[in-house]
Amino acid sequence: MDPSATDGPATGSDLEPVSVFGDDGTMDLRPGADNCYKCSVCDTTCPVAEVDDDFPGPKFQGPEQWRLKRKEGSEIDDSIMSCSNCMRCDDACPSSVPLSQMHNTARGEYVDEQMDKLSVEYVRNRILANYRTSAWFASKVPRLANFAMNFGPTRWVMEKAMGITSERDFPAFATQTFREWWRNRGGADASRRNAREARERRGDPVDADKKVAYFHGCYSNYNTPEVAKALVRVFESFGYEIVAPEQRCSGTPMFANGMLADAERAAEVNVASFADLVEEGYDAVASCTSCSMALRQEYPELFDIEGIEDVAENTFEALEYLRIKEDLEGAIADASVEEQAFAYHAPCHARNQGLDRQALELFRELDGVAMEDVGDSCSGISGTYGWKEEKYETSMKIGEDMFEHMHDAAGDVGMTECPTCAMQMEHGTGYEIKHPLQLLEEALC
Amino acid sequence: MAIREDVLVVGGGIAGATAALAAAESGATVRLLSHKKSTLRQASGLIDVLGAIPRDGSSDGADPAGDRSPGDRTEPAGGGSTGESELVADPFEAIGRLPEAHPYRVVGGGAIRDGLELFDDAVGGAYEGAHTDRNALVITHGGTVKPTARYPESVAPGLASAERDTLLVGFAGLTDFDAPAAAAHLDAAGVPFAVDGATVEFPVRFRDDALTTRFAKALDTDESNARRRLADAVRDADADLDGYDRVGFPAMLGDDEGEAVRTDLEDRLGASVFQIPTGPPSLLGTQLEDLLFDALDAAGVRLASGNPAVGYEASDGRIDSVLVDRRGREVPYAAEEFVLATGGLVGKGIDSDRESVTEPVFGCHVPHPEDRYDWSEPEAFGGHAFARFGVVPDDDLRPAGESGEPEFENLRAAGGVLGGADTAREKSAAGVSLATGAYAGRRAGEEATR
Ligand SMILES: Cc1cc2nc3c(=O)[nH]c(=O)nc-3n(C[C@H](O)[C@H](O)[C@H](O)COP(=O)(O)OP(=O)(O)OC[C@H]3O[C@@H](n4cnc5c(N)ncnc54)[C@H](O)[C@@H]3O)c2cc1C
Ligand code: SF4
Ligand code: SF4
Repeated sequence: MDPSATDGPATGSDLEPVSVFGDDGTMDLRPGADNCYKCSVCDTTCPVAEVDDDFPGPKFQGPEQWRLKRKEGSEIDDSIMSCSNCMRCDDACPSSVPLSQMHNTARGEYVDEQMDKLSVEYVRNRILANYRTSAWFASKVPRLANFAMNFGPTRWVMEKAMGITSERDFPAFATQTFREWWRNRGGADASRRNAREARERRGDPVDADKKVAYFHGCYSNYNTPEVAKALVRVFESFGYEIVAPEQRCSGTPMFANGMLADAERAAEVNVASFADLVEEGYDAVASCTSCSMALRQEYPELFDIEGIEDVAENTFEALEYLRIKEDLEGAIADASVEEQAFAYHAPCHARNQGLDRQALELFRELDGVAMEDVGDSCSGISGTYGWKEEKYETSMKIGEDMFEHMHDAAGDVGMTECPTCAMQMEHGTGYEIKHPLQLLEEALC
Repeated sequence: MAIREDVLVVGGGIAGATAALAAAESGATVRLLSHKKSTLRQASGLIDVLGAIPRDGSSDGADPAGDRSPGDRTEPAGGGSTGESELVADPFEAIGRLPEAHPYRVVGGGAIRDGLELFDDAVGGAYEGAHTDRNALVITHGGTVKPTARYPESVAPGLASAERDTLLVGFAGLTDFDAPAAAAHLDAAGVPFAVDGATVEFPVRFRDDALTTRFAKALDTDESNARRRLADAVRDADADLDGYDRVGFPAMLGDDEGEAVRTDLEDRLGASVFQIPTGPPSLLGTQLEDLLFDALDAAGVRLASGNPAVGYEASDGRIDSVLVDRRGREVPYAAEEFVLATGGLVGKGIDSDRESVTEPVFGCHVPHPEDRYDWSEPEAFGGHAFARFGVVPDDDLRPAGESGEPEFENLRAAGGVLGGADTAREKSAAGVSLATGAYAGRRAGEEATR
């Protein structure tokens, strides 16, 4: 044992803050860097380092690069763009070094100061990161978009000119977005009525204060509205009134591409619209684990926006919320569904919030359902990462373990909370993929 | 409040895992909460029960909070001699010579056996050593010999007690293991066999500071014929290979396919092949962690990791729930009985700053000298007070306050968070965790299901 362990972590009091990334003086990562005792546990947990020998790993990207940067004139190493922002290293570090925060900051600086804004890579990353904009256009003409995006010659051009891999199929755009459905259904008013009826049925006080603000994110709005609808129905069945406030992309793809200014703009809109609701007693719930991760952790780590802490504190993942607030286990124990078996993959961003077990635990008790965990490997796609032509192979190598486990599992339907993991699972195995909320809807509604 | 179990174990190291398994055996519903990965990933993967009894007054039963004369404050740490220790052949026979406050004395030899039995069941056939009470002698990467109670199957052919001529092989560029130096060290220690060391290039080229996992994976998948080429490289380095009965490599001979890698190398080298435990990050430690977590799954233990326990709610001297910080918000986890297994100073179960030493989750009493200079000795391997910092158990492993009364009716502690053992010098870390984990978990289960 190292006797210096008694010194404990550096405490703020006798430190001179040295801010290296950014010049606003708000971000002092020095105590974090000082906490690193070079055990390399983070490196052995990094899925990219595992398959890509050129990637120096999180210890270098985080504390080491941070120290190097203190010297005048040293640049951020371009390998920072190979970090997929899975945030696994955060979870692994026994010393609580804020690795992903260091990576996000370094990546932001790299993109701002060292990346050629006219380069194909930059433009491509910007388009991928701003998925919502493309999705918005596509959703206006979903059938045409579905055809055009997966049309051979288009894909050839996209790969050659843009560096977007032609190996993948673009996700289909729904013919009706969630928000369109929500509006047609009667919006918050309809939800209030449904919730009241449910409370009466359940014998809860009719005026119980049960209300949530739904952060649906881009994907369940444009691509998988069935997930969003499942959330609405499940929450209403427990007596919750739902609102779906104005929102933009959570910013996850932007952090991962070093587009911090874009992410901050999106965050400002999201925080503004959710902060008011939180003040009125709403909790925020998300059905995508990367979205809840962004609101909970990355926003307060990276930005200084009024109300950000309140929103972070009151944001939950949907299933997690019900487990804390309701007797979800009891409800599941009384329910049953048609026989089915699932191969479950826990997304990295669920893992990092301590949510990697909840679907397994819950559905283990559901009559008719068999759930198998397909292991703890990363799926490899990490949002926009696996869409980049130069990263495609790495992404598939990382996912290999998961594909194998899925094939070995009894079920041939996959399950996960993350829409891009779902994309990768489907791509690697051809399986249909469901969200836990969909199974919950089947069981309870 | 919806998250509730009979028994809640806080801490996901070897102590927490053992406590959870023991509690589950009693039929209780159990949840294990852990913040981060455990220190197993850094540990050697060996299960030491009691390898040595320090003989410099640190184990004379003295209260670690007691008045000790201040060390020479001007002498730099690391100088001076290593504290004297007496090596232990049979841990069970030696327990009586430990200080009275030692956790082994509290739980007794029976609990050590229970812990080892739980461990043997949990890891299936992956570990050896269960056939005897006596310590086995394992070759370490520093070229010393370490008394240990359980060791991975792949380490077994290398035991120092076997009189078999041995070749140690290290990889160029891997600074952690210097095979010729380790061999010389072993030879000087008088091991009962001939031992030599050789350094070879690993057949697949990696970046300079490549990780153990990369080596392991290359051998797992036999990337570019790595296994054959590794065997050839060993032959080239030591033409006299026929003279050796066994060949030892640092523990990176494959991960998922470790067994196949070793068999393959054995066939090619015509000698048995064994692994030498490495420092962090340790493949053997990581594999052990995986085995334990698989066992927890099989036992139906619920797991929640990623968020720290930061406090509790209590009434009438009993804990009602533990509060888990879920990024800014505290979520209560309720149970009947609780086990604290958050580790020592390294695992973050015991916290220290310049003024004091504390147990951060429940605020349990941790005795320590007033003066910070008395926390450690000038010698790096001396009998440091800090090594024995931890909560003080009553005779039922409940952390006790200054008066000796249990702090809470339904809280027991296990593993590194307990004071009174100098596990690094005694070579007893995993054993203390197993014995106290088994005891605390079983008691918690009994109470909760009563
Ligand atoms: C470098 C190194 C080498 C070692 N080598 C050996 C060896 O050769 N032989 C041997 O027998 N033993 C060895 N050990 C010791 C052994 O691996 C264990 O560290 C020891 O048994 C203590 O185990 P533990 O379960 O009490 O604590 P730890 O393994 O430290 O686990 C503590 C757990 O508690 C969690 N935790 C802490 N605080 C909180 C909180 N507030 N909320 C929730 N969770 C929390 C941590 O995340 C962690 O999962 C070594 C240890 C180290 C560090
Ligand atoms: S965030 Fe993921 S990919 Fe990036 S360094 Fe950490 S572990 Fe590796
Ligand atoms: S896990 Fe943490 S302490 Fe260990 S090398 Fe990585 S950053 Fe440093």
